[in-house]
Amino acid sequence: MKSTPLLFLNVIIIATCGLIYELLAATVSSYVLGDSVTQFSLIIGVYLSAMGVGSYLSRYIDKNVAEKFIDIELAVAIIGGFSAPLLFLTFAYVTYFSIILYTMVFIIGMLVGLEIPLLMRILKDELDFKELVSRVLALDYIGALVASLLFPIFLVPKLGLNRTSLLFGMLNAAVGVWATWLLEPLIGKRRITFLRVAGFAVIVLLAIAFIKADSLTTLAEDGLFPDNIVYAKSSPYQRIVVTKGKTGHALYLNGNLQFHSFDEYRYHEALVHPAFAAYDGDPKRILVLGGGDGLALREVLKYPSVESVDLVDLDPMMTGLSKDFPALGELNKHAFEDPRVKVANGDAFVWLDNNEIPPFDLAIVDFPDPNNYALGKLYTTRFYNLLKQKLKPESAVVIQTTSPLIAPKSFWSVMKTLEATGFSVKPYQTTVPSFGIWGFALARLQPFDEPQKPRPGVDLKFLNDQTFASMFEFPNDTAKPKEELEVNRLDNQSLVRYYETEWRRVEQ
Amino acid sequence: MNLSRRELLTAFLGAPLASVACRSSAARQFPEGEIVGQSATIGHVLRENRTFEVPPDNWDSRKVVIVGAGIAGLSAAWKLKREGVNDFAVVELEKEAGGTSSSGRGEPVGYPWAAHYLPVPFQENGELVTLLEEMNLTEGRGSEGQVLVKEQYLCRDPEERVFYKGRWYDGLYLHVGESQEDIRQLAEFQNHIEKWVNWRDESGKRAFVVPSANCSTDVEATSLDKISFAEWLSQNGLNSERLIWYCDYACRDDYGLKLEQTSAWAGLFYFCSRVQKSGDESQPFITFPEGNGRFVNHFLSRVGEHVRRSWMAVSLVPTEKGVEIICLNNGALRGIRAERVIFASPIFTAPYLIRGFRDDAPFAATEFHHNAWFVANMFLKDRPKQRFPKDFPMAWDNVLYESPSLGYVTATHQKGIDYGPTILTYYYPMCHEEGGRTKLFNYEWRDLADVCLTDMARAHPDIYDLTTRIDIMRWGHAMISPRPNFIHSGIREKAMKPYRNIHFAHTDLSGIALFEEAFYHGLRAAGEVI
Repeated sequence: MKSTPLLFLNVIIIATCGLIYELLAATVSSYVLGDSVTQFSLIIGVYLSAMGVGSYLSRYIDKNVAEKFIDIELAVAIIGGFSAPLLFLTFAYVTYFSIILYTMVFIIGMLVGLEIPLLMRILKDELDFKELVSRVLALDYIGALVASLLFPIFLVPKLGLNRTSLLFGMLNAAVGVWATWLLEPLIGKRRITFLRVAGFAVIVLLAIAFIKADSLTTLAEDGLFPDNIVYAKSSPYQRIVVTKGKTGHALYLNGNLQFHSFDEYRYHEALVHPAFAAYDGDPKRILVLGGGDGLALREVLKYPSVESVDLVDLDPMMTGLSKDFPALGELNKHAFEDPRVKVANGDAFVWLDNNEIPPFDLAIVDFPDPNNYALGKLYTTRFYNLLKQKLKPESAVVIQTTSPLIAPKSFWSVMKTLEATGFSVKPYQTTVPSFGIWGFALARLQPFDEPQKPRPGVDLKFLNDQTFASMFEFPNDTAKPKEELEVNRLDNQSLVRYYETEWRRVEQ
Repeated sequence: MNLSRRELLTAFLGAPLASVACRSSAARQFPEGEIVGQSATIGHVLRENRTFEVPPDNWDSRKVVIVGAGIAGLSAAWKLKREGVNDFAVVELEKEAGGTSSSGRGEPVGYPWAAHYLPVPFQENGELVTLLEEMNLTEGRGSEGQVLVKEQYLCRDPEERVFYKGRWYDGLYLHVGESQEDIRQLAEFQNHIEKWVNWRDESGKRAFVVPSANCSTDVEATSLDKISFAEWLSQNGLNSERLIWYCDYACRDDYGLKLEQTSAWAGLFYFCSRVQKSGDESQPFITFPEGNGRFVNHFLSRVGEHVRRSWMAVSLVPTEKGVEIICLNNGALRGIRAERVIFASPIFTAPYLIRGFRDDAPFAATEFHHNAWFVANMFLKDRPKQRFPKDFPMAWDNVLYESPSLGYVTATHQKGIDYGPTILTYYYPMCHEEGGRTKLFNYEWRDLADVCLTDMARAHPDIYDLTTRIDIMRWGHAMISPRPNFIHSGIREKAMKPYRNIHFAHTDLSGIALFEEAFYHGLRAAGEVI
């Protein structure tokens, strides 16, 4: 066969594709399930053993070896090519994810394991056995090196996981189609036409998917987020997107960053611990409003005095995800599995208005920023009055109140609104690199002094005795504006308008 | 599409929309529902002019009988009760009390069948303020004595939005795309309003104030009643299309009349009577998911045991000692002998109800014209999808610029329920008195539901999939029409005088249909009979 050298080129491509699928599966599973060491180790193990199975099974293929080789190429192209999109889609149904993942890895591994033995048998008449083994295996391992270099340097950052997967599927199919010419003498006439048509069909299919990216995310959405999207789903309330990059996971709601695992502890420690520090005695009954990611919950549960936590979050999909998505569960220390935690899914505004429940010692209010009227109502005097009814005279409340640097009017208008409701308020701020300078309100129904230190005996990554009190100091650029600000009421929603104007300046 | 649907939609919504709607003939799922309440056939029994023989055992007596349990009748009853009068009865022909303030109970909230808000009264309107205080709606007084209403009862922002050429915009007046001339005319219009807000007659009375009984009778103000609001605008050189629309909408919304059918006095009353002083905003609105049904239910909590529902007064017979009230109750004739009657029904029914009224009529009851409306309550399983990211979000009042309807009100808005099922109340005034009423009663539930859905679909194409039920109420005589030369023609003053122990109390007597006016006349009549 004249074309033997070209067949060797195929070996490199096949080898590269094979390793890419393996890396994709390992990456997706570590994004989604967390714990990358375990995931990589398991995927490599399953994949290599499946290749062994494939190699062994090759002995049962006796006739039409060339045709079978092309069949296998096309099968790998489809299964391998669609592997990443399929895994992302199945992740929406978390329970079956592992089963589908390992089944898919096994099938791809087995098919890839069939490739080299069959190719060697096709080439066995052309070369000495010694030559054959040395060349094929050498090229096989070189292909692996190409893949392992391309994958982290070029493919993941430039193409993303989905399109890498689809691209290599196309390459695999191309090898199959090309082989119909290289191996033409070994294949029946009618069969060859069928294989060519089938091969082109597979390439077209993958190409369409490549162009359309996938149904999981839109191309536009991929471009919006700096990291790879590992989860994206729309609930009736919002679009939830989880991304994974070098520094960890991030959660976006309607495109707005909610936390980044790299520095979320700064935000959540600053949110939760001052309220505990401001409370005299041991807080037992805690209310968390919003905070469906469970990260504030994680901080609250650090206190052994806490007997019960009621968490009210609008979106059952969000709280469900925080419980079941392994990477999030790991991050919130499985807070939702703690028996002290009770979750209510509903609008906090309606929940507070309807429920006859005993008052709380502490309330942690962690809503998204007031960028629409449905959220703006959660920052009104009406809302704070409803909240007041669920507090005791000695209770403490903390509220996230957007950035006093970017949106000073919004920030200070919330303080004024709280005061108008009868709260004594201590504003404070800290730095969260992912967000910038971020602000909070600590409030009580009676006058109080700023707490000076966090409570002792709590394991903290960010706050310490030396810097705690400095959060209550405001540099000039975040100080209260001189102009008279409006109190945010249900019937004026002035905060939404402040917020819109202030954030629009920086979002251009 | 058959021709009759095209005719129906053309009649209600205009030819352009009808032809578009009829072209998209895709079979859509159609929600269920029915015509509810307001049975015209009951009322029309009155026209038969029969003599009624009440069996001797079916008589009882009361000091006062109030005919009609709408806001005027219930206010009168409330006043009597507060003044220690207990010997009274209220008879109401419908199964439920409330008149045009009736409401429905639903999930997650109640919903209105017509009137759905009350502007915060000035502190001078003492008895209305007392009602609000009794209902625990207020939280004291402001620095200048103004009434402070609790935040949760004041209309939640955003209050209004308007749909124009495929997009939703903030507010009711359409600012987008306005020209310099539009801006100038709007400012000039506002100057006129300012002028009338500040205007006082020699005795210090305002031109426009609620209740309207306190308005000045100075001819400078009352002469406005001689022309239509359309003429007034044109006399003042105001012809901006969007300003005209804005004023026309106001007339349709408050009176069910078009701009050219409305008296200029009534048109300016709408804009001026709720502004405390120059530079102030219009008084905020008090509203509830069930609309003014909240007031009805409060009245009923005080006087409910006096109200006899499904008691249709068919004849009021003035006698030497008082009045005999003959009612039809579940097919039986029952009579009440009373010293005094408070007639809190629409005034045009007086000649049909009061025996002998026609013979020496103190006023021409036929001058009291009413217009017809239909109101649809649409039960949605979820919110309509926002179509454009920059669309202004759902407000309390949602108005369609290009529609003859008034748009819809969202029942869940005030309670802050922003997700999931809701109830939208769609209002359609038939701006042609007699013609409108005939048109309204010629059509069945399905026709009116079709009008409502077709109209709504221009803003919410998903309305067909979201709506699970549409109930419709047809109001044959919904609101008194303040046409030119009615309010200040002198006829109202005549009708306010008692006719042989029968005291009239109805918002009709103000010439404008408002809760405050009905309340005022109810209290006035109650004061007369005590």
